[in-house]
Amino acid sequence: MSTLNLLIAISLGYVLLLFAVAFVAERAARQGRGSWLRAPIVYTLSLSIYCTAWTFYGAVGSAARSGLEYLTIYLGPTLVMIGWWWILRKLVRIGRSQHITSIADLLSSRYGKSNLLGIGVTILAVIGTTPYIALQLQSVTLSVEVFAVGAEETGPTQPLTAFWVATGLAVFTVIFGTRNLDVNERHHGVVMAIAVEAVVKLAALLAVGIFVVWGLSGGIGQTLERIDNSDLGLWQIDGGRWVGLTMLSAAAFLCLPRMFQVLVVENDNDAQLRTAAWAFPLYLLLMSLFIVPIAVVGLDILPEGSNPDLFVLTVPLSQGRDGLALFSFLGGLSSATSMVIVAAIALSTMVSNHVVMPIWLRVRQGMASQSGDVRHVVILSRRLSIGGVVLLGYLYYALSGGGEALATIGLVSFVGLAQVLPAMLGGIFWRGATRVGALAGLTVGFAVWHFTLFLPSFGEDMIIPAKVFESGFLGLSWLKPQALFGIEGLDPLMHAVLWSLSLNTVTFFAASLLSFPSPLERLQGAQFVNVRYAPGSARSWSGGVAEAEDLMVMAQRILGATEAQELFAQEAQRQGLGGHLPDPTPDFLESLERELSGSVGAATAHAMVGQIVGGMAVSVQDLMAVADETAQMMEYSARLEAQQGELTRTARQLRQANDKLTRLSVQKDGFLSQISHELRTPMTSIRAFSEILRDNTGMSEVDQIKYASIIHDEAVRLTRLLDDLLDLSVLENGQVNLNLNDTTLAELLDRSLASAMADGSGRAMTIVRTKAREKMSLHTDADRLTQVFINLIANARKYCDADTPRLEIRVSEIQGRHVVDFVDNGSGIAPEAQDVIFEKFARVSDQKAGGAGLGLAISREIMTRLGGEITYLPGQGGAAFRVVLPRPMALAAQ
Amino acid sequence: MPGSVLLIEDEPNIIEAISFILSRDGWRVDTHSNGIDAVDIVRQKAPDVLILDVMLPGRSGYDILRDLRDDPQTADLPVLMLTARGQAKDRELAERTGANQFMTKPFSNAEVLDAVRALSAA
Repeated sequence: MSTLNLLIAISLGYVLLLFAVAFVAERAARQGRGSWLRAPIVYTLSLSIYCTAWTFYGAVGSAARSGLEYLTIYLGPTLVMIGWWWILRKLVRIGRSQHITSIADLLSSRYGKSNLLGIGVTILAVIGTTPYIALQLQSVTLSVEVFAVGAEETGPTQPLTAFWVATGLAVFTVIFGTRNLDVNERHHGVVMAIAVEAVVKLAALLAVGIFVVWGLSGGIGQTLERIDNSDLGLWQIDGGRWVGLTMLSAAAFLCLPRMFQVLVVENDNDAQLRTAAWAFPLYLLLMSLFIVPIAVVGLDILPEGSNPDLFVLTVPLSQGRDGLALFSFLGGLSSATSMVIVAAIALSTMVSNHVVMPIWLRVRQGMASQSGDVRHVVILSRRLSIGGVVLLGYLYYALSGGGEALATIGLVSFVGLAQVLPAMLGGIFWRGATRVGALAGLTVGFAVWHFTLFLPSFGEDMIIPAKVFESGFLGLSWLKPQALFGIEGLDPLMHAVLWSLSLNTVTFFAASLLSFPSPLERLQGAQFVNVRYAPGSARSWSGGVAEAEDLMVMAQRILGATEAQELFAQEAQRQGLGGHLPDPTPDFLESLERELSGSVGAATAHAMVGQIVGGMAVSVQDLMAVADETAQMMEYSARLEAQQGELTRTARQLRQANDKLTRLSVQKDGFLSQISHELRTPMTSIRAFSEILRDNTGMSEVDQIKYASIIHDEAVRLTRLLDDLLDLSVLENGQVNLNLNDTTLAELLDRSLASAMADGSGRAMTIVRTKAREKMSLHTDADRLTQVFINLIANARKYCDADTPRLEIRVSEIQGRHVVDFVDNGSGIAPEAQDVIFEKFARVSDQKAGGAGLGLAISREIMTRLGGEITYLPGQGGAAFRVVLPRPMALAAQ
Repeated sequence: MPGSVLLIEDEPNIIEAISFILSRDGWRVDTHSNGIDAVDIVRQKAPDVLILDVMLPGRSGYDILRDLRDDPQTADLPVLMLTARGQAKDRELAERTGANQFMTKPFSNAEVLDAVRALSAA
């Protein structure tokens, strides 16, 4: 009893430690201090989720039952790591360059961003992984039970333990797996925690092994003798099964969703892979080193009939080594939890990107750019998916009741997921592979696996009636689940592997050869197969159709406002354009889509960009580029394309400059006539009414006063206009004297609002402020800055055409600068007018709103003098102006 | 014998001033202050003289005048154009479009009165 309590206490402590590790790593990564998180050794350790509880406990069991066969499970990945290193490198490079988020995303993206394929692989992954999660829960429960022997609670605690373990894992995964919507979909906290768990499980297994060899057997020599004497040394090696199992585990290493997650998605650079190529096999070697001794000693000293799957725990316990047993328990717990966490992240990403998001997008067709916060939906759907995946695993465990030999369920899952292999390898090495081929191969493989292995694994008469095993499906003798086409005598597992994978592969190749790939498939195929030669140069968007502003709105909803604005501004700068919006060139659309796909998957990102751009077009040149087979041609065309891109960019810059000059010259021309108009209009009233007063004696006093006031008001208007002109000219000539003083932003905004809203004649407007962020102190010319704010607020009041006008004043920090955004909810400023509004006399609407059209021109001059900036901020829903506060004068909040 | 004048102008003080001057002289003055439906208003009111500002919200005075000249009903309507832009090309444009008289703001009250009288008499 006390051992059990101690066990629970230690487990809780251990879990808290993992939370702390994950938290610290996450924070370090966010603050940019996380270079150690990308160390190759961390990456290598994270790969160790390959060794789940199945290998931790089950390998000894397997050794006790079938001798050295357990080695095949380690052999497969080792061979892949060493022999297929170049395949891994290619996968990892594709994953990085295409922002691949999961294995389903890889296939979907490769085969023309087909979501059907994404859904298919997702379903396969969920079906294949659920039993595996159940297995982990079972192993934890069983191992707890070992300690609970003798304690009063036995039966009912079982599902309860599993339930709490499942809940804890779901919580951990939700917290650290969906913390942010990273463009690269990397989870530093999780990876770090898993690396720690990898160390714990290795140390635990080694400790038990050392205890067994030196503590119980008395050294290496005697241990070897003991092995020779046991039955274990005598078991024959079944060559065929060995090769089969090795291949199977190699395939699973590449195809398991959780392995793909740590291997490809979390990968950061090639160096990580180079280290892992030798370090991971070494890890596996160490893991397998003491398996046989533990099995032999366990068989030797423990009573007949004790479960060999638990020797790792029961051997130390039987010797009274409770501490060692506890340590070993933690090792098992680590193996189980790390697998469930990563599997849940991988599966939730797939479910959310390929099932939930497409449905959500369809439901809100055409509205993705306008409504709802997509980030929120993505994160919520990830969280629900994580809960769902873990719950499925728990239900599977609770309903199946566990009990089966651990290794069997694992192998069944392996075979199921290995069905992805032909389409995956075919996709990255063979340009001829098509979507139809991939779908057909997967379907056939999946069906055969279901019929020959998955359903039979529940036992005869459980799902498939015994009669079918005897005489075949529908009485057809060549359709016996464990003897297809009349080939009998094979091990059922090998039988399933052989038939499912070979039929899958044959179908995949045949259907690929018979079908014709769509243009997008060809482009993606070229990018995947030639990942080294054509670093992201496939183009599937025809440019110029998309509205940059709509794209901005959408990107903000997915990537977050700051990130999206930075991305767009960078691109605009790269294109040599000022302002916040770049031209929607095909290149930009392509890279934007890749950024988005990091968050929502390739197919969804493609669909979202498609909604805005309005369908995609592949040009003849693009197809020609695809047809160019040799690397030289690819390189040559890439160079030409770069040159062409340069020219296009220059042309665009020139065109823009020319446009602007033309507009300015028209404006210069209009300037005189504008000034004339602005001066003559008030003068007309003044002259007319003064003549009326002069010529009409005997007018009533009321009329006299009325006409005199008009003259007065118009004279004031004239004066104001002249003041503005003078002000502008002074500012433009740089003769202005700044009157610097200390103040706070809040105070300036208060003053501005009071002044701008004082005039009771305008419409009521709701002002939204976040006073907490306005507390920063400023050292600047308060009157001038206030003048700018007043102008912006007054403009919003004049021009905001919403039914219930609302002005939001947002204060934030972007790239170390404090900015104040004034965003109203009106219809905003038309894109073509956005870069002239800061020019003199540029009034956007025809209706006279009382100003001379100099306010923004003056504001811009003021901000320049103050060392800040004022720009129009597109894509905010209404008119939005961004004031970047002067740098050296804006001090941090006190 | 004064008749009716339609004044299309958007600056409220100028409307008031011109209305005052003309009404005192016995004219019936209707006013309208945007360009969009100005042509319809002219047809509907059928004034003896039209005073038309150039810079109007919604539609420019030149466009309105062009429409009026194209319509047989208003092709011969006497039109006095007002503008706050004093450049020669504005005057030319007004004449080409078919304005009978062109006047630059600010004007003297007497000038306006004389112009309206002359236009109605012609």
